[in-house]
Amino acid sequence: MSAAVEGGVDRAREFVRELLAHGFDFFTGVPCSLVGPVIAELEPHGYVPETREDAALGLAAGAAFAGRMPLVLMQNSGFGVSINAIGSLQSIYAIPCLLLVTWRGFGGKDAPEHLVMGKAMPRILDAIEMPWRTIEVDAMGAAVAWARRTIEDRPGPVALVVPPGLFA
Amino acid sequence: MSTTDAKTPPNPRVAALTTREAIAAVLPFLEGHAVACANGFLSRWVCALGDRDSHFYMIGSMGLASSIGLGIAVARPEVPVGVIDGDGNVLMNLGSLAMTAALAPRRFRHVCLDNGVYASTGNQPTISTRVSLEAIARAAGYADVARVADVTGIRAALARQAEVVGPTFLLVETAPESGPPAPRIPFTPGEMTARMRRAVAVLGASGGPPG
Repeated sequence: MSAAVEGGVDRAREFVRELLAHGFDFFTGVPCSLVGPVIAELEPHGYVPETREDAALGLAAGAAFAGRMPLVLMQNSGFGVSINAIGSLQSIYAIPCLLLVTWRGFGGKDAPEHLVMGKAMPRILDAIEMPWRTIEVDAMGAAVAWARRTIEDRPGPVALVVPPGLFA
Repeated sequence: MSTTDAKTPPNPRVAALTTREAIAAVLPFLEGHAVACANGFLSRWVCALGDRDSHFYMIGSMGLASSIGLGIAVARPEVPVGVIDGDGNVLMNLGSLAMTAALAPRRFRHVCLDNGVYASTGNQPTISTRVSLEAIARAAGYADVARVADVTGIRAALARQAEVVGPTFLLVETAPESGPPAPRIPFTPGEMTARMRRAVAVLGASGGPPG
């Protein structure tokens, strides 16, 4: 999963350029190999490594109170950890936040620990009424623009899902 | 089969300060700060005893008040930040002590009212009567750490910590409450977000107090 993907680093650079162009300016999270190149691109922009995904959502909420537009990146295993914070913090308080969630267990082909969440994630996202999209390789700018527009229309959390092979 | 004696020792805090007395002593020191309050009865007491526009009352997401406060401090370093936490909340997000020490915000006043119980769910015991949370904060690298058990101690410690550049941690031993809780928070979550954003902007524009 962590092997270099042809063009992944360039796409990570382009993706981060789109994030900055759309006003995202506070970056934190807990790593996944699928977004390794994205984290590398975010480090010059003050990326804050967090200890746990729900704590990262707390940090992002504070940053939003201070006028920033945050992005929290995480593996979908950490999305599981985050659900209470999404529900009882970002959602009900209408706090803007873009979640960048990797899709381990995609298509049922992954290590055993990723299979249950990999299969359930789309239904969980729908069940908690999270606006979300999977990032298409040839439409990254459109995905970021959609996320920002969705946050403007209805302040709160929104998720972009990273499939394997996009960045790594 | 071997058995372990895991019975909970009696709570040593029964004769200590009330939560109300502790909050009343703490709040004057957090004027001019953006304050994040832990969920449950703590937020309700802070709201009832001294609400300010610069207070954020967390009604869910247990454990995250300190992370929220840290996010404000990282995004707006010129804004002084206070966190009014509880022992249950600190234990649920111990990683936040490490994060705060690592990021070392200059004016970050972390106060933990430690009554040894989960008050909001019926005073079930936490483990804070057996584990010193301030010792964990000290080991993580907070710039100043203290444990107090009365109003005089609170005032002396917070007066000293107000001069410290770097994150500080104050553990206040309090007694589990026996009377009725404070009323529920009268604001909607959306209202709290809007007023907190305004309050942080105002505090940022004024640059906070000197020092």
